[in-house]
Amino acid sequence: MSVTARAASLFVAFIVVAGVVTFVAMYYIGGASALATVHYAASAGQVNVVLQEDPQNDSASKPDWVSYYVQDPATQKWVHTTLFSVPANTKVNVTLYGYDGCTPLRNNYFSEVQGTIGNTVTLSQFDQHGKEYLTDKTTSVINAWSDCTVGHTFAIPGLNLYVPVASPNAQLSADNLCSSSPCTPGGNPYAKETFSFMSPAHAGVFRWQCLVPCGGGFLDGNSGPMQTLGYMMGEMDVVSS
Amino acid sequence: MAIETHQDRPEPASSEPAGAPPVGGPGGVLRPWHLRPGAHLGVLCAAAGYLLGHLLGNFLSSAYQQNLLSDSNDIPIVLGYTFGTLGWLGGLGVFNDLGRQMLGRPLLAEVRHGGSEAGLSKYFRYTLDHKVVGIQYLYGMIAYFLTGGLFAMAIRSELLSPSYHLLGPSQYLMVVGEHGTMMMMMMSSVILGPFGQYFGPLLIGSKRVAFPRIEALGFWLTPAAYVILLSGVLFGGFPTGWTGYEPLATQATAGEDAYFFAFGLMGLSMILAGFNMIVTVINYRAPGMRWSRLPMFVWSMFTVSFLQVLSVPVLIGACYMGLMDRTFQTAFFSNQLGGSSFLYEDLFWFFGHPEVYILALPGFGVISEVVAVFCRKPLFGYRVAAAGMLGVGILSFFVWQHHLFDSGINPDMRPLFMLTTELISIPTGFIYLVGMGTFWKARIRFTVPMLFALAFYFNFLIGGISGVFLSDVPADTTEHGSFFVMAHFHYTIMGGLIFAFMAGIYYWLPKMTGFKLNERLGKLHFWTMFIFFNTTFLPLFAIGLMGMPRRVFEYARNLETLNDWVSISAFCLGVSILIFVVNFVMSMLFWREPEVDNPWRSRSLEWQLSSPPPPENFRRVPVILSGSYDYGVPDALPVADLNPPAGVIGAAYAGAPAAPPGMPPGMEVSR
Amino acid sequence: MTTTEPAAQPAPAPEPRHGRRLFVLWLVLSLAADLLIWFAWKPHLPPGDMSDAARHQQFDIAVLAISAAPVIVFAILYFVYALVVWRIRPGDDAAGDGEPIYGHTKVQVSWIVGTTVIVMWLFVFGTVELVTPAGAGAGEGPSPIWKLAGTQSATWTPGGKTMLDVQVIGQQWAWTYRYPQFGGMESSELMLPVNTPVTFHVTSLDVIHSFWAYQLGVKADANPQVDNVAYVTAKTLGSVTVRCNELCGIWHGAMFNYGHVVSQSAFQSWASGVQAKEKADGVLADLPPYALTYDPTVIPQMGENLIKIDGITGAAGYYYPPSDPVTP
Repeated sequence: MSVTARAASLFVAFIVVAGVVTFVAMYYIGGASALATVHYAASAGQVNVVLQEDPQNDSASKPDWVSYYVQDPATQKWVHTTLFSVPANTKVNVTLYGYDGCTPLRNNYFSEVQGTIGNTVTLSQFDQHGKEYLTDKTTSVINAWSDCTVGHTFAIPGLNLYVPVASPNAQLSADNLCSSSPCTPGGNPYAKETFSFMSPAHAGVFRWQCLVPCGGGFLDGNSGPMQTLGYMMGEMDVVSS
Repeated sequence: MAIETHQDRPEPASSEPAGAPPVGGPGGVLRPWHLRPGAHLGVLCAAAGYLLGHLLGNFLSSAYQQNLLSDSNDIPIVLGYTFGTLGWLGGLGVFNDLGRQMLGRPLLAEVRHGGSEAGLSKYFRYTLDHKVVGIQYLYGMIAYFLTGGLFAMAIRSELLSPSYHLLGPSQYLMVVGEHGTMMMMMMSSVILGPFGQYFGPLLIGSKRVAFPRIEALGFWLTPAAYVILLSGVLFGGFPTGWTGYEPLATQATAGEDAYFFAFGLMGLSMILAGFNMIVTVINYRAPGMRWSRLPMFVWSMFTVSFLQVLSVPVLIGACYMGLMDRTFQTAFFSNQLGGSSFLYEDLFWFFGHPEVYILALPGFGVISEVVAVFCRKPLFGYRVAAAGMLGVGILSFFVWQHHLFDSGINPDMRPLFMLTTELISIPTGFIYLVGMGTFWKARIRFTVPMLFALAFYFNFLIGGISGVFLSDVPADTTEHGSFFVMAHFHYTIMGGLIFAFMAGIYYWLPKMTGFKLNERLGKLHFWTMFIFFNTTFLPLFAIGLMGMPRRVFEYARNLETLNDWVSISAFCLGVSILIFVVNFVMSMLFWREPEVDNPWRSRSLEWQLSSPPPPENFRRVPVILSGSYDYGVPDALPVADLNPPAGVIGAAYAGAPAAPPGMPPGMEVSR
Repeated sequence: MTTTEPAAQPAPAPEPRHGRRLFVLWLVLSLAADLLIWFAWKPHLPPGDMSDAARHQQFDIAVLAISAAPVIVFAILYFVYALVVWRIRPGDDAAGDGEPIYGHTKVQVSWIVGTTVIVMWLFVFGTVELVTPAGAGAGEGPSPIWKLAGTQSATWTPGGKTMLDVQVIGQQWAWTYRYPQFGGMESSELMLPVNTPVTFHVTSLDVIHSFWAYQLGVKADANPQVDNVAYVTAKTLGSVTVRCNELCGIWHGAMFNYGHVVSQSAFQSWASGVQAKEKADGVLADLPPYALTYDPTVIPQMGENLIKIDGITGAAGYYYPPSDPVTP
């Protein structure tokens, strides 16, 4: 080939390779930033974080995966993400709605509430008609192995925070669970938990995960949604105020 | 009778032997490239095969509960890879000769003589000339190396900070796994492919390899393995790293299929290449090429071929069982159902340890060749060097437990494996004895290949000694699974193998292509690569001993400065590799300064031929007269007679065209 | 054999004694390196001196370094010397060859003997260092060979040489610890008493993890259904970093926590306190009975029903559906 032909083909090859590398780098490898982060701002020294966990989700690729949702404080709408931020050194009040059915923990130690203020959670449970069959029970243990009681957990190991999330009881779980996400209280049985903890004094990113092996169809249940950001694990960003 | 030590320039490639069967399609003309099987058809058939396999898999298995729950299905992916690979090979024309023979039809001469065609298309086709396969391997291996290197840059970017994360956690593991697997899996043939396939027959005085079709198949499996491994990125990657430990590998999402399948394919390639090399070296040596005259590079290839043929089937078994666990819900490695995760570890490391010697030994061979030429002295202790190669090869099968010292496997064999692992350092040390002896009272020329060989000795020394630290069980308690291990194997594999590969490139590329590589750029490449390689990997020993495990993206804050130093050095190392790429591309593509036939004044047989060698290597089978390391001997015979007259070795071999095609020439009794 | 040179030529300069030069240089440099290693570096060697296993490892690494330093010095010194002395200088006969030395039996034999001696020394030393500190902190599997001396007892009290049993449970992605001698209570904090023989029983509930307590010099893989035993005695107070050392999935890099070595009485009161709290909460009763390994899908309180609902290795993992036979 002549010199110009060689130079031209080298240039084209370079552009193609550089393009592919950039595309893969930005789209597949750097793709974690595709998830939205919900920002909570402090008012009167406290923030109110609202989360829910559903038996399925509204994504197109993995509709059968269980998933958390975070409520945007500004719009009150449920965002399909697990990234949220809270200010540092603030009392964080968490309200967690549990719509998914029960699954036993692999390690029942995590039935014990740890790391919250008072080491307790306050639990209410509702059936699909809206009737509150358990009102404001403050408890330090929700035993995942006694009956159908725990759906998932919310754990921030970096803060030693471990909270089991109750599920609707066995009778209600059978054929009554929420079937379209994001779930709403009307027509679906659910559990509502509230607890509080202090966010740390210094800024940083704290991972959080669920300790119930709820990745259906995967060995030991700890894959799939359990290992994918935006479903059952996420990050709490503590920002300095 | 005069001994002819140089061959005439090759005749133009378009001449054909008289009476050859008709070439090409009807009319007997060579068909244009797009009508013959080749890579273009291979890509199309691969895509079609993947779709077919995927559809078949969905048809078979999409209703299973496990797939409905998990929203992922491994069976279409694995079947897709299978049919895709078959399509790739079929489109290349790998099965054509087989099919023709099974149907009793004559073989096409355009395939048999495809290696002597002019033009570039023979490099994109199933060509049977080992030199073409060698060049294909060269470009392939460089591409795989650069891809793995890009992943390494991503890893080091993430490790710049322990708390700010550039990549998400699953993306980081994906990058780590892709980098490790790309390097360890694809680079096994980085010296055996380009230099082993190209120079193996040349160094033993043969016109061809024993099984050219198997050899070419061995190459064409590698792009398939490469693409399949990279396709794991599309599935979100695999979280197990290059070791694929169960049961995490069964638990992982779809990207793990890419890992197991690609490793299996590459393993197949290694077995085929090794098998071919063994038979070639045993049977195709020219008359006079006794075992005691075999060049050290051929010894290393021969040993490594045995390692490949014996250890890789175990890996293929492990990958196959892993895929079975993932697709058909077998329980080979699930402890709760009576399987054993220890089984996977043992199978993998039974292969894994010979694998690292498959990576390291060819480097020893290249360095031996380079050192003898640029010291202009015979290789000191030839028998010791050969014994070292064989000793390392044999012992490498008896040491694999040292990867499992802390794993919970019964401890009674630990002292034994500590002993065998430490014993293996004795034959490894022979290469240093041979090198040092060759340097004694030598006449040392600092050409670029020699510089890389010197760097090899330095790097492998550090790598090898750190291996002794790891073989000691008490010390291994802190060092296992930490960055100390990382530094050890990067020193031995990158500092050893890759530096030897660079030495081989600067030494042999002029012979393969007829063009010089720019010497100033080469020296710049060497110095930057050597300096930045050491500044990158030397601190990793300290980082590991200070408590940083492998494959983590968060680490103790006090290690941040060291990690930053390492990352910046790694980026500079990347730039030095870029210098090499620039040198390679510009020298081969634009500057194209012609090189003489024997610029290094080497006695070795391949340097007595033209650059590049003629298509049939030797016009006549040479008679080897002396060893290739006889420098400084005043009355040494030349290494071979390239034009032996009839009657010297027997009439049957003197006139090669009279032999029926397919009959191996030079298959003669040894003396 | 040799011809006499013509009388007119002056005698060539005597060849310098390269071997002797090299030997002297090597001796001096190796001694300097070894002294530096022993006196300056050894006190700071990882993993520190917080436990007996760590101290033995420190000593072991120092001896390895002292054995390795002369080898490294020898190799680098020789190559540098050779490159300086025997390179082709401008003005030399560039086309000439070196001396045709094919081998030298004495050199080869002494090399082989020398390297074998070094290797055997390292092997013997390594075995001694493995056996003496009860396995050198490495996980020895379910049937350990090199055990730590200590009285086995159902409860632990400070003061004696009672062995403290600590079970380390790895799960994706957190470490928890069970103390069978305190009623089987479980904690996410690792606390250890000083000057007490400790037996770690390391196991996992899902995939392979690895328990690496850096300052204690303990490393043992956590395998599902396997009890991996490691021994250590902590000698000084301080904090311990526990990291996961075997890739276990996405948060492997974040799977770490901190433990503490405290005085025996402080440990006693902490452990009893946790036991009492968990008893009061009811968590202690909810935990499975202490065992060396756990099958997380067989939950005694829930009986066989769990397997029939969720399948083997289910807990809603549902990888092996309920219709699969329980045993192959």
